[in-house]
Amino acid sequence: MGRALRHALAIAGKDLRMELRTRTSLLSAAVFAALVLMVFNFARDPTAVATVDLAPSILWVTVTFASVVAMNRAFTVERENGAFDGLLLAPVSRESLYLGKYLANLAFVLIVEAITLPLFVLFFNLDLGGALPGLLLTLLLATIGFVAVGTVFSAMVAKTRFAELMLPILLLPFMVPPLIFAVKTTVPLFAGRPLSDVLPGLRFLALYDVAFVTLSVLLFSAVVDE
Amino acid sequence: MTPDAARARSLMTRGVVLTVLALIGQAAVMLLAIQFTPVEARQGMAQKIFYVHVPAAVIALWVAVPLTAFAGLLYLWLHDPRLDRFAAASAEVATVLCGIVLATGPIWGKPIWGTWWTWDGRLTLTLFLFFLLLGYHTLRAAIRDPGDRARFSAVLGVMGLVLVPFIHLSVYLWRGLHPQPVVLKPSAPSLPPEMLRTLLSGFAVAFLLYVGFVTLRYGIQLARDAREAAHAG
Repeated sequence: MGRALRHALAIAGKDLRMELRTRTSLLSAAVFAALVLMVFNFARDPTAVATVDLAPSILWVTVTFASVVAMNRAFTVERENGAFDGLLLAPVSRESLYLGKYLANLAFVLIVEAITLPLFVLFFNLDLGGALPGLLLTLLLATIGFVAVGTVFSAMVAKTRFAELMLPILLLPFMVPPLIFAVKTTVPLFAGRPLSDVLPGLRFLALYDVAFVTLSVLLFSAVVDE
Repeated sequence: MTPDAARARSLMTRGVVLTVLALIGQAAVMLLAIQFTPVEARQGMAQKIFYVHVPAAVIALWVAVPLTAFAGLLYLWLHDPRLDRFAAASAEVATVLCGIVLATGPIWGKPIWGTWWTWDGRLTLTLFLFFLLLGYHTLRAAIRDPGDRARFSAVLGVMGLVLVPFIHLSVYLWRGLHPQPVVLKPSAPSLPPEMLRTLLSGFAVAFLLYVGFVTLRYGIQLARDAREAAHAG
């Protein structure tokens, strides 16, 4: 167990180091998120709809699209110079390989979210107040689940033509159920409702995480082994 | 002609015969529904769509989609190309049936609910499955290697199967507008016998259509694989 985890961390570390040195995908995903927020600002009529009513949708739509952009890179970078064959030949179990890629993806998406959230608060003039801890927990729980699925799918689409378009087509249906619950959690949080209104949504997100992280670990070897 | 190509040809012939029979049956069901089944008191003629809509929905959601996912699951275990061909054929028919459900629903919804579309649980679930199936076909079309194609689509199928209960949970929290089941429910069917007879014929025809289409698509895929193998060898 210890060795598998060490291997996973080594792979995740490699991905993060690569990204921190080039900064291309992280930067583009963050800029993309900021642009989506900007588009939202002009796509609504501030006199007709109060910002706080629209805020949960804006946040989650932005997070959804920025995450897909961020996840696309995980396996497309491995296509160059047959790097992926090298990874497959390394004396590392498939589970560790998946876990490493998953942790790197998770870190990326969380970084993108960490950039998006303050921008969102700034652009829409929101006072999060006591909602912040609950919101962070919701973001974390939702992200853990859909990044697990996204990592498996990004390994599949890396072997197809037009991979960048294929990932959202496959992944968005899987992102909608957690999204529905994240929004259902965010609305009462922003309205300052008690914790009991938020718990069912969080519980659902946790259930989704357990189911899809397990399933993804189990199915990943079917994706990479011929 | 190789044995596979010969087998593909006989399957295609069988598929065409079954499909033609099912289409004649479909015409008969429509005739039965319009001419020989009483008009529903409150909904009037709009209710006639029920005899096409419900069988298509039941065969798609309870036969075609689960069989696609289970064939994928078995493929991951046994690596038998027949399972992959069946899964692909079944998914295609599921897409057509979902399309029929999504097209006939609004035709009924407009006069009865006063709206073409609403985000009711059942409608949302069907739409979700339709998108998942479209993703399934898009993925298959984008992969050239048959082994990759079979494994990836099987993985997507299994993931989709696990997703369904979550969609169910998330969309059913809203109270729905959709009528509740009148036949497949714990108590006895609450449908007058004439209507029940027409509905059951609808089920039989929809199932026959499923078998016919799947046989035909399976035969076509087998012929394609045989040709590819002939070119490769």
